[in-house]
This record gives sequence, structure tokens and C-alpha cells, in this order.
Amino acid sequence: MTRRRFSILGLTCTALTLLLAAIWLFPLYWIFVTAFKGETQTIAVPPTLVPAPPDLQAFGYVFQNSPIFRWYLNTVLVGAVVTFCSILFSLMCGYALSRLEFKGKWLIYWALLVGFMLPFGAVAIPLFMLMNKLNLVNSYAGVILPQIATPLSVIVFKRFFDEVPRDFRDAALIDGASDLRILFRIYLPINWSITWALTIVTFIATWNNFFWPFIITNATPMLTIPVGMTTVQSAYGIYFAKTSAIAVLASIPTAAAYILFQKRVTQGVTAAAGLK
Amino acid sequence: MFVIPFVFFYGAFLILPAIQVAYLSLTNSDIAGLGHFVGLSNYIELIHDQDFWASVGHTIYFVVLTVVPNTAVGFLLALLVVRLRRLRLTVLSAFFLPYVLPVSVVTTSALWLLDANFGIVSYLIGSSTAWFADPTWAMPGVAIVTIWWTVGFNMLLFIAGLQNIPVDLYEAAALDGANGTQRFLRITCPLIWPVTSLVLVLQLILQFKIFDQVYLLTLGGPYNSTVVVLLYMYQKAFQQGRGGYAAAVAIALVVIITVVSVLQFRLLRLGKSK
Repeated sequence: MTRRRFSILGLTCTALTLLLAAIWLFPLYWIFVTAFKGETQTIAVPPTLVPAPPDLQAFGYVFQNSPIFRWYLNTVLVGAVVTFCSILFSLMCGYALSRLEFKGKWLIYWALLVGFMLPFGAVAIPLFMLMNKLNLVNSYAGVILPQIATPLSVIVFKRFFDEVPRDFRDAALIDGASDLRILFRIYLPINWSITWALTIVTFIATWNNFFWPFIITNATPMLTIPVGMTTVQSAYGIYFAKTSAIAVLASIPTAAAYILFQKRVTQGVTAAAGLK
Repeated sequence: MFVIPFVFFYGAFLILPAIQVAYLSLTNSDIAGLGHFVGLSNYIELIHDQDFWASVGHTIYFVVLTVVPNTAVGFLLALLVVRLRRLRLTVLSAFFLPYVLPVSVVTTSALWLLDANFGIVSYLIGSSTAWFADPTWAMPGVAIVTIWWTVGFNMLLFIAGLQNIPVDLYEAAALDGANGTQRFLRITCPLIWPVTSLVLVLQLILQFKIFDQVYLLTLGGPYNSTVVVLLYMYQKAFQQGRGGYAAAVAIALVVIITVVSVLQFRLLRLGKSK
């Protein structure tokens, strides 16, 4: 008897979970199908769940009437440069904190702690003034430079490097290897999976970043997708198919990265939060 | 030296500006360059600035609407997901997917689904509430959208925490005759507490920094009822060109976040020792 009651309870729970998951996905589904509707179909009553027939007009309009390709290029460029530099510098700094002794180490720990508490918004004003002085407003460098230092990655790499047996480095040092070689030939390959995980997570975060690109760019050709799409939306007004189409295009890279590398993203996110 | 590249970027683009913002708050700078030193007058003005205090109030309201609910929903979803077997990864990704999307996609979806005239939600519940133009509903609306967007992150941390609880404990308790409720209250809840307090701390700091969603959903309206502190700072700095005063607003936010975090830290330690 108890067993049977338990399984009914279990089935109800599973059904509830699936229902919730469907509700959670529905807004994304809705944006997706709206993008494939004609404008008149979007506001039809009752709403149609599946676009019949699928209409590519909205996408055509977006391609022709917004610099979406340029924005894609900008976002890919910013994402690639930021991710590469951020991971490389974090690897090196994490290695140094984990394995090297040097003056001022405590200062770095202290600065990292400050960084966690400090809202980025608070430094936006002096940062903007600095970029203004350097003539970097509306430039790639202006968008990229402040995003490169990612303290969380440094901490994660340090923690993972702490787990590597010290003998590895000692043995390599005796063989005459430099620390740079030790890092890239021993420590990096051992921690390949977390490095890859952080790379994907950093790329997604950079692609999605809104606040800083929004502050530092306002010239249409220099915008990244998350900022750019909001500018056309105000221009499109209530054309839902067009705004949905551009939202779908803006989501493809990060959604695809997540779906393809789900395990790695999960690993990266939990590691960055300090959990295993 | 290995630390130089990181330290250079970190110092030049975070630590140094952090020091500068403190100095700026003592000047009457505009947004283009340094102004004159004016002592504490920005802060004196700030204390008497009703709009500033209103923005603090709105921020706290948003924090109240999100921190605990987002943690609780994340925990519930984790409990539901972690008991699945074959479907686990699929369902997990359904809850997590919104989190990997840009904030502007999230707000676009929200504005479309909740549109007063043509939104599917309005159609389904037969209402014509303009969520983000209604003083009562605007902030709760922003909070709901935020939870929908970010709860996957909390859920993920809770799932990691739940998976770290040794299964033996449950088996031993079941052998001793503990029922499901007892096992949940005596094993799951205490052992998940470190994750819970971690999530609460992260949430609190994060939600005080609210800007993007409010800017994109309501622009601070209706009738300024959703102007939060960072948005107020943005308006002062970039729309009214008062860099010095905006810097004082930024410093005030840092102080608020620090004070609240310390308080919360104390409170959570109390909860743990109980």
C-alpha cells in the first residue's frame, strides 16, 4: 500500500515538474514563433500557437533595416578578445597565487575581495571619464578593456591549481622547466575541463553584458547586439514580429553554446560560485 | 611576472576608478572632466534629496521582492529536478536556459507576453493591465521577470549542494524509521544550509545593483516609481551631466551594500549556530 501511494505521489511530482518546465520555456517559445509570423498574425485573436504558414518577412526586414550583421561582428569580436585575454591572464594570476611566492600577494587577495563587493555601476562614471580622456568612447578598446579582468576566474584557477600535487612543479623545476612552461604543459592540461568550462561561461557573460557597452557606446555601428537590439525596438514600436525576430537572432549564439556544452556551463557556473 | 597582466587591467579599470569615484564625489565635476573640490556639499545635498531616498526605497522594495523568493523558488525547483532520472538534464536546461540569454531578449519577451492589448498573458487571464505602466504592478512585474530569468542559477547551486549530501545518511535514517518529512527537515535542510546562505549573500549583493531590467522594462516609470539607485546615478551622471553628485550616489550605494551585507552575514551566522 505505502509503495503504491508513494509512486502516485512521485508521478504527480514529475508531472508538476514537467508542467513548470513547460511554463518556464513558454515565453521563449512564444518569442520564437512570433518571429515567424506576419505582423497581422501576431495580434490575431485568438492567438495562434503555431505560425501558419511560417513567414520570414520579419527576418528579412531586420536584415535589411538594421545593421544586425555589424552588431554580430562587434559582439563576436568583443566576446572573443575578452574571453581569450580574461582566461589567459586568469590562468597566469591563478598559477602565481597558487604556486609562487612574491611580495604583495596579500594585496591582490585584498583587492579581489574589494572587487566582489563593489558594484561595477559605481565605477562607471570615472571609467567613462577615463575612456573619454583616452578618446576611446565608441571604440572596441573602450568596450573591451574594462571587461578583461575577471576576479572570479582567478579564484577558480587558484583553487584548482591548489589541488595539483606540488611534486609536479618541483620535478619539472629540477628538469629545468620554466614556470611558464610548467603552467601551459602541466597545470593547464590537467585542468583542461575547468578551463574550457570557464571559457564558455566567460564568452556567454561577455556576449550578454549590457551595462558597460550601453554606457560606453552610442554610435550605431559600434553597438553590441544586446544594446543594439534595444535601439531598433524603440524604432519599430509595436511591431512584435520584428522585435521577436531580432531577439531570436540575438539569442542564438549563447543559447546554442549552452545547449551544446550544457555540462561545461553547469560546471563553470557552480565552480565560479565556489561549489564543486 | 605572472600577475602583471591581470593586476594591470584589474587595477586600471576597477580599483583605480573606485578610488577616483570617492574623490569625484567631493567635486562638482561634470561628466567630461574634473571640476572643483567642493568638500562634502554633494553629500549634504544627498541627505536632503528626496528623490535619492525614494530610489533607495524602490531598490529595497525590489530586493525584498526578489532575494528570498528567488532563493526559495530555486530551492524548490532543485528539489523537483534532482529526483528525476532520465529527464533530469532536459528539465534542468529548461529552467536554466533563460539565464544564458541577454537581458534585452528577456525584457523583450516580457514586454511582448505581458503587453496590455496583444500579450498572450493578458489574453489568457482576460485582463488589460499594462504591467509596466501601472504603479502598483511595475516593480512586482520587474521582480517576476528577474526571477524567471535568473532562478536557474540558484537552482543549479542547490542541485550541486543536494548532490553533495551523502545518500547513506538518507538510507540510515530510513532504516531508523524516519519518514520523508523528517528526513527532509533533519537531513536535507541543515546540510543544504551552507548553500542557502551562499545563495542569499550572492542574491542580496546582486539585486542591490539592479539596473538593466528596470531601464529596459520601465525606464524608471510610471511616475518614477521604479527609479532604483543605479538608475538615479545614471540619470544624474549621463543625462544631467552631474558627475560629482552621481559619484556621491555611487558611494552611497557602496555603503548601503556593505552595511547590508555585514548585517546579513551576522544574521546568517546566527541562523547557522542555532
